[in-house]
Amino acid sequence: MANFSTGDRMRKPKGDRRSTEISLVIRQTMEACILTHLMPRSQIDIFVQVLQADGGTRSACINAATLALQDAGIPMRDIVTSCSAGYLNSTPLLDLNYVEDSAGGPDVTVGILPTLDKVTLLQMDAKLPTNTFEDVMQLAIEGCKAVANYIREVLLENTKQLECRRGL
Amino acid sequence: MRNLQLSFNQTQKVRLEKALERLESLSSKSNPNSCVTVGDTIPVYEDGILKGHGTSDQKGELAATVCGVVERINKLIYVRALRARYKPETGDIVIGRVIEVVPKRWKLEINFTQDAILMLSSMNLPDGIQRRRTAVDELNMRSIFTENDLVCAEVRSSQGDGSLQLQARNQKYGKLERGQLLTVDPYLVKRRKQHFHHLEEYGIDLIIGCNGYIWIGEHVEARDKMVVDQGSNSEQLIAECDKNSMDLDEQDGTCTPREARQNICRIANAIRVLSRLGFNITVEVILETVNLSNSLNLDIHDMLGSEFYVLVAESEAERRSLSKRKR
Repeated sequence: MANFSTGDRMRKPKGDRRSTEISLVIRQTMEACILTHLMPRSQIDIFVQVLQADGGTRSACINAATLALQDAGIPMRDIVTSCSAGYLNSTPLLDLNYVEDSAGGPDVTVGILPTLDKVTLLQMDAKLPTNTFEDVMQLAIEGCKAVANYIREVLLENTKQLECRRGL
Repeated sequence: MRNLQLSFNQTQKVRLEKALERLESLSSKSNPNSCVTVGDTIPVYEDGILKGHGTSDQKGELAATVCGVVERINKLIYVRALRARYKPETGDIVIGRVIEVVPKRWKLEINFTQDAILMLSSMNLPDGIQRRRTAVDELNMRSIFTENDLVCAEVRSSQGDGSLQLQARNQKYGKLERGQLLTVDPYLVKRRKQHFHHLEEYGIDLIIGCNGYIWIGEHVEARDKMVVDQGSNSEQLIAECDKNSMDLDEQDGTCTPREARQNICRIANAIRVLSRLGFNITVEVILETVNLSNSLNLDIHDMLGSEFYVLVAESEAERRSLSKRKR
């Protein structure tokens, strides 16, 4: 995370617990969907730099990593999209920003494989009763699917452009 | 168009858009390619198909695992990813950089998922005799290639675990000196019969490696023996020449002449512009671009400016529509 990305300037961006946790989360999410057996004895490095952290940092990193991996032509089972949702004032809210997040309500981050309908990441950092949790998670999944549609369009557009530019 | 840091004024933008639109309309008429993204199901029209690269079986249907173009050849269906790493095939000419010298082999980096291996036995010895490699040869490996040398070789085979073996048993292969290496995306280089080109009018050797590494260098006659040079790129040679002689134009035996260096830079810039625009890199296109810049009397550094960029896009659109009309 860049020094200037949060409200107060961070002194040491690397090695603090939050960055390490986000890195671990991204790694586990990606490991679940990359077909690693097709690339034996190789290492895939994913570098993400956050320029502005305003809530939903984790989700933004995962979406960016998906796009980068797809652009690099690494075979994956499906794209991974992620979105966060919360619950404030008895309403489920989608994609909290920093102010809403720091209000102290629960924050659920979900990462799914949209076509296969499988969940690869599920994190929550407060207490929620089960039925409310189901609503909030459903909302987050819908958000993920919306992001997935957009990512698909962009990737398709980019592929078409590269292919036609290249010619025969 | 990646890493585009050029600033276009209004007319240039309009001209660029028009040229690109023209290219798009040409290609959409000629090949209705089906582009897929990950997870898309690929329509299957017949039974008994073979599932190739980039596909996987999901819930009984064929799904793509990469973003790319679906290719169907008889019963084989595969997805060709565009900006992926180099995919080697036997017999490809590649250019690699030596990373490591290990017992009996060199490890080269060729823009592949793993390092390629060049065995000592797949290499012609400096004295040209065909004999068994002894321990003395092994100890002298570093005098043939050392770290960070550029080597041109051919793909011999790919092993079971995915690693690649190269061979350099021909006169044309071996260490590359006195020139410039350019990196482009591998998908822009098509497999042709000829990858070594000698451009007579510029006195330049052009090697278009299938892995996206392109070598532009001063023309060297057929190598009879490995010439071990202290400096392995033209900059170092120029520095040496500067130390030796005050006058740059003085032609020394070991110095690359200024003309040749200018030609090398011109061709290199032409390739850079073509790769930024995403056009296929072939000798004809490169020569046309260089001729275009020469006819306009552009300075070499102007070739990387926005005006030349737009001109190259327009001329490419022109060329493709002409070739389409001929067909």
